[in-house]
Amino acid sequence: MKRGLSLWLGALLSLFFLGCAALSFLWTPYDVTLLDIPAKLQTPSAAHWLGTDHFGRDLVSMIMVGARTSIAVALVAVGIGMGLGVPLGLMAAANRGSVLDEIIMRGNDLVFAFPSLVIAILITAVFGPSATNAIIAIGIFNIPVFARLTRGAALPLWNREFILAARVAGKSGPRISAEHILPNVTNLLIVQGTIQFSLGILAEAGLSYVGLGAQPPTPSWGRMLADAQTLVAIAPHVALIPGMAIVLTVLGLNLLGDGLRDHLDPRLRVRRT
Amino acid sequence: MLRYALKRMLSLIVSLIIASAVIFLVVEVAPGDPAAFMLGMNAQPDTVAALRAELGLDLPKWQRYLAWVTGMVQGDFGTSYTYRTPVAQMIADRLWVSLPLALYALALSTLIAFPAGIYAASRRGQTGDVAIMGATQLGVAIPNFWFAMLLVLVFAINLRWFGAGGFPGWDDPYAALRALTLPAIALALPQAAILARVMRSSLLDMLGEDFMRTARAKGLSRNQALWRHALRNALIPVLTIIGLQFSFLLAGAIIIEQVFYLPGLGRLVFQAISARDLIVVESVVMLLVFAVIVVNFAVDLTYALVDPRLRDRT
Repeated sequence: MKRGLSLWLGALLSLFFLGCAALSFLWTPYDVTLLDIPAKLQTPSAAHWLGTDHFGRDLVSMIMVGARTSIAVALVAVGIGMGLGVPLGLMAAANRGSVLDEIIMRGNDLVFAFPSLVIAILITAVFGPSATNAIIAIGIFNIPVFARLTRGAALPLWNREFILAARVAGKSGPRISAEHILPNVTNLLIVQGTIQFSLGILAEAGLSYVGLGAQPPTPSWGRMLADAQTLVAIAPHVALIPGMAIVLTVLGLNLLGDGLRDHLDPRLRVRRT
Repeated sequence: MLRYALKRMLSLIVSLIIASAVIFLVVEVAPGDPAAFMLGMNAQPDTVAALRAELGLDLPKWQRYLAWVTGMVQGDFGTSYTYRTPVAQMIADRLWVSLPLALYALALSTLIAFPAGIYAASRRGQTGDVAIMGATQLGVAIPNFWFAMLLVLVFAINLRWFGAGGFPGWDDPYAALRALTLPAIALALPQAAILARVMRSSLLDMLGEDFMRTARAKGLSRNQALWRHALRNALIPVLTIIGLQFSFLLAGAIIIEQVFYLPGLGRLVFQAISARDLIVVESVVMLLVFAVIVVNFAVDLTYALVDPRLRDRT
């Protein structure tokens, strides 16, 4: 894929769904809490651009509000991952080889052994299913991703002259991490953040699909697919549309991530192509 | 090598102990008393107390943890609260669906990804490469359970080549494999997309190495050099991903089983969640985590065997 194209196409798709989610707070074509059974399972028409579901709810409205759920869950989950993972990674890198480093890295390995679905199963079994628990499950899984990335990127920086200069100037480890290391790994974090964001949307859809995520009546793309499963033979559009929404959003975010990587770090261009 | 293996073994055991303790503690804080839940609302307090004693729920936490862990080591996972059957037996039955499904998907994913990745790397920048890379972008963006629904729509409902769900059991291996084919494809495709990308970029890294120039200089053609020298070296990162994927496939199988109504671990765990049969949930989660930790251990060890340089690290 051409370099600029990936970035622009990705940004366009991502912004479109972010826009849908934002707009859904102010306006949707129909009220998603309103059931209109006589109008159920309609195919796309002028009144309902994408048709209606088995309760007669407008699919455009459902997709818009579902986007809000997906994006909110994924965004907060990435926030948890970054908020805890990045400081841990910085700490591990600043104290390379120390007991602290060892503990952080082994802890990471341990969390990696619990795929987000497994964490979600455990949390749901104990506290019951909800969007919040889905956020926690995906968020916990994100922590080691960011901790590892940050540590890996920070380690070589600690050998550079400008860090030595900062040390000579008397700055402490945490201060160097915050003022000099962090700004130099931000680009990487943005790129990884975009990718984790897209993975979060996929994870949220999967968890909601099996009933471990957002609960009815909160519209969610995963739940819409779960509802559509038994209807796929008589009304395929009910299953196709939420799936397309997921694919386009995830595709957009991945393209955006790829594009940003090329854009933010020209050095990588030579290696990739 | 032995020292490295022992060291890794030790960290494997520590990981398993910590993981089991975490799982046990999380389940411990669950509200509600399983004994009261089993007996229903109208149970007499002394009946509940008797059942608590029978299930060992009245013992101190650390004793119950020890009992749980030593039981699991001996293959005794306890007794299901709702079914009153041994959990080990329930899991073993379901594993006969989930494990073959995950392995089937792993085989498919490798079979698709290797040729695709190698072809893309050898045609770098050309139409074939661009097409395959475009397809993999799409592959990683498609949720596997949605892809599964599309497969059902096309191949089960419209073309009627496969059943839409259910599992006939292993008495008839052909029918069983047939029932697992659509689920395995659904599980495999997104993983194949990731694997093909890793295969391609790993091969491309190798193509720039000095030994490749030497191979060309001694008169090998581009393809000969690729097959004889680059491929072997490129396999190392690919192996890690395959190891990681196994655990994702096993966990992913839980979701895919829902689409095809397969009686695997997924069905078991969701039934257990809704029945608050926590001992089953606890055991299945521990089993999945155990699988992930052990597979990663095996991958690390394989590496060290293949590449002696890695033994000195960590």
